[in-house]
Parts: sequence; C-alpha cells; structure tokens
Amino acid sequence: MTKLREVCRLIRSKNAGPFELTFDIMFAEEKTYLEAKALNYINRELFAAIYGVKLEDVKLYAYDPAISFKITIPRLIVSGALGDSDVYGCQQFAPLANLEIPTGSIA
Amino acid sequence: MSWSVYPIEIRVLAASGMLGTGFPEESLHKGLAMRPHFIGVDAGSTDSGPTDLATGTCRYSEAAYRRDLKLLLSAAVENNIPLIIGSAGGAGGDKNVDWAKGLIEDLISQLNLSLKMAVIYSGQDKEWLKQKLAAGKIQLLENAPELTDAVIDESITIVGMMGSEPIVEALRNGAQVVLAGRATDTSIFASFPIMNGAHEGSAWHAAKILECGAAAVEHRPSPDCMFATLQGESFIIQAPNEALRCTPTSVAAHSLYENADPYKIIEPSGILNTTDSVYEAVNDKVVKVTGSKFEKSEKFTIKLEGTRLAGYQTIVVAGIRDPLILESLDKFLESCESSIKKRIKNTYPDLSEDDWKVQFRVYGRNGVMEKREPTPVIGHEIGLMIEVTAQNQKMASSIASVARHQTLHVSVPGWFGFTSNIALPYGANDLVRGPVYEFNINAVVEPDPTDEMFKTFYFDYPKVESGVK
Repeated sequence: MTKLREVCRLIRSKNAGPFELTFDIMFAEEKTYLEAKALNYINRELFAAIYGVKLEDVKLYAYDPAISFKITIPRLIVSGALGDSDVYGCQQFAPLANLEIPTGSIA
Repeated sequence: MSWSVYPIEIRVLAASGMLGTGFPEESLHKGLAMRPHFIGVDAGSTDSGPTDLATGTCRYSEAAYRRDLKLLLSAAVENNIPLIIGSAGGAGGDKNVDWAKGLIEDLISQLNLSLKMAVIYSGQDKEWLKQKLAAGKIQLLENAPELTDAVIDESITIVGMMGSEPIVEALRNGAQVVLAGRATDTSIFASFPIMNGAHEGSAWHAAKILECGAAAVEHRPSPDCMFATLQGESFIIQAPNEALRCTPTSVAAHSLYENADPYKIIEPSGILNTTDSVYEAVNDKVVKVTGSKFEKSEKFTIKLEGTRLAGYQTIVVAGIRDPLILESLDKFLESCESSIKKRIKNTYPDLSEDDWKVQFRVYGRNGVMEKREPTPVIGHEIGLMIEVTAQNQKMASSIASVARHQTLHVSVPGWFGFTSNIALPYGANDLVRGPVYEFNINAVVEPDPTDEMFKTFYFDYPKVESGVK
C-alpha cells in the first residue's frame, strides 16, 4: 500500500484565523494528483471521520494551480484559548501523513 | 480582451514575512537596486495566539525589531520612497503601535532622519460597538462565539482590521512612514498600487504573495525579501536573492497558506478571486501571474478581533515512567482529579468549582491532538503537564502545589505502600504563567461613514520644539 506522504511534497496544517484549521495536501506530481481527484480518496467524509467534525463543517477544494487539496474545518478550541494544545494548529495534519491511499491508473 | 492601458509599472519590495524575523541585508540592497516605489512589511498576526493583542507586547525581541526597522527606515529615506508597516508591534493594537512608534522615533533621532510619519490606530470604542450591535450592523462570522454587550465590556482589546483606505489617505497626505495598527496583510502592499491606478485584481493578488516575504519561493531556508512588478492586468514576482526560485507551482501554492479558501481572499471592500489566475514561468526564477480579479462587495465591512482575560495559570511539568501507572493511566488521572478536588474543598471551603480548573496534558499519548488524536497509544513513558487556571495568580499557584502533591502521592493500584508517582525535573518549583487570554470576537461591522473606525495622527521629524522655554 502507498502512504499519502509518499505522493506529496508537503502535507501541512495551520490556522486560517483563530477559529478555523486548514490543511494543505500538496502533491509532488500532477499524475498522482489527478489520480487522487479521479479516485476521490481525499474527500469530506475522510476529514469528518479523522477529525470528528460534522460533514457539513468540512470545506474541501481541489486546487489545480498548485496540484493540491485544501480542507478547512472548525477548530475544536479557539487558538490559544484554555485547553488548546496547538496554538498555530501546525501539528494537526499528522494523521494524514501515513494515510494509506488506493493507487490505480487513470485512463 | 481589455483595452485598458496602464501607463505605469509599479514596483514593490517586501522586506520579510514578518518584521522582527529578519532578512539578509544583501537581499534588501538587491531589492532596492530594482528601484521599488515603496517598501512594505507585515508586523503582526493573530497566529501566535491572543497574548500580543491583549497585552500590547511583541513576541519578537526588541533587538530584532530594531535591527529590521533600522535597515528599512534608512532604505526608505535614502531612496526617497515610503515605508508601510502594518499590524505594528506584534498584533496592531494601540499599545503595540505605540511601542513600535517609540522604537521608530528612537531610530529616527539616532540616524538623524527627516521624515513625516502617519500613525494609524485601530483600537475600537466599546460604546460605539454596542450601538452597532444594537443596530444590527455587526454580523458574526463562521464558528464565531456569541457577541453581546457583556462580551464587548469584558474585552481587553478590540481592534478593527483596516483595509487599504486609511493607508492610502496617509500616503496622499505625504507620510513617508505609515505605521498602521491592525490591517489586513494584503492592504500593506495593495494600497500604494491602488492609489496609483493599478489593476485591482493584480494589486491584491501580488499583495497576498508579498505579505509573506519570500514564503512563495520553492525553497526558503530563512526569511527573505520578495519583489513584485505590477504591469497592467499582470504582475511579475521574484525574490531579490538569486538563490531563491519562484515557480508557477510555488507561487500558486502560496494562495493556500493560512487561508480558508484558496481562490478567495476577503478584504473590507471586496474579494480577491484567483479562480482564473494563470501562473507562467518567465524564467527559472521569475513568475508572471495574469487574470486575477477583484470583486467589489456591496457592503463595506471591517473585521473585528477581540481578547479577554481567561484567568491566571501555574503549570507543573512532570514525567511518568512507572509501567503500572501507564497501564491504566486514565484511572490514575481520575483518582488524581478526585483527590485534588477533595483537598481543594478542605483547604478552600468557600471556593466554587467553577473558579478553578486543573487540566492534565499527556505528552506521549494525545498531548498534541487531544480529543482529535486517532492513535492515543502510550509508549514506555509520558510527559505530564498539570495546568491550573484560577481567578488570580496566588490561587493558581496554591492549587498547582496541591495538584502536584496529590499527583505525586496518590495511591497506585498494584503497589502496596507509599508511592511517589511523577518525575519532576525542577523539583517542587511550579512555573508561573501569569495572566492568560482568549480571543472572544469573530465578527464584521459596517462602519458608516466607512472611514469612522481608524484614527490617523501625523508627526514630523526631527520634532520641532514648540512653546517658550
């Protein structure tokens, strides 16, 4: 099986303002990016499941100019508020790195 | 096809992604040799949490801020171009701005400079905000906490995030240094071009890339300068440091950074839409961007940011290696909690349970992701942080000492006798964090007239002595 990080040049998370968390899944090659789009394995359901958020709260964009996906979800706790564990939100991408992805060729 | 003709080319130098994080002096000089019409630099953000906005402090060292400012002030005066600084002093609150103003005035006299400075304050009046709230002129944004008069009253600092308008006005009034309070990152770089008739889509998009300095290059080993040349409906982006390469992908990818939507960036007066933007390589280091659009909004709105005091904290840093504790860590932490609670009740019978809070952070299990951790698995040891929040510092420290002692000696099932459960790297010296803050406002307000929220003051240097001695 292939891991998501093996087809990406960078996977990252960061605040998009103090109330939202945003993920960038930046593919290394156009071919694998188009494959991901065709196979639709980066989807809103995936994020709802991994991060325990409601499906309607997951915003997903396929961003062709940078062969990347962007996903934005609400923060569990506002950045820096009591109980927050990651003020920049920058380590929240970690479960995505070793995500096993389907591989397949597109015609 | 458009027949618009833009007779001028506007050149912009961004010093760095953040004032105080540095940039190579050589890059600045290379950038200046490309004859920019102005220099811009972002100097604050909400990214590192609410503290800088609440207290007026700056998370970068004063020495580093001075170093960057000194180079930029000299560069602006020597080249006779404006220097625009936005979200000054770490967060753009009035106190942050005054701190930065003090440093700049120091440097002006030290360097013997003659210039005019505009200082734009973005702090907001609470009574005015309450009137706006009552009039239905404040709208909450997504995931926003509730906004009431009480929330406004308990806020420590509330700022509005200015767009290009106050900066343009300061430039029109001849300021060579514009020191702006809280401002959209992009307005720092879009104001001068828009004032000079640049294509708005191109100006705002270039600004979005410039505001992070050299972050849009393929590989940026350390903070550096960035340069944009605006030509009609296109702009060209490159780093003055020739070791850094902009590629179509690296520049396009920058629209992703710290932004909820990669295609749209919201400004007070409209939305930058990059859906149709085309990124082309001019050569292996330079990229041309065409087709960005700026869509004017029907309503002019200013985003609000606010902070409140959340309490006072004292923390205990510890580690646990005992396999018996680690085998049933949750049970262990539960019994710690209940014995802490009991002990606090005995010590402070009048204290309500709502007035204090103890949180365990378990590093090595889910310290980073907390409830969102998909694999909360423990290894052979954990780092345990006991975080106490209370209504004053004395109480927080007192409860922390109780929490530390109870956690140290609470009984562990499987062991018989008196146990000591946590490794303390600093003994019984707990760490005082002082007051802690929270963001409490996420909303936009409709000013009427549109320029009523930001106050600008002008200063001429060297200061003219007034009055009779």
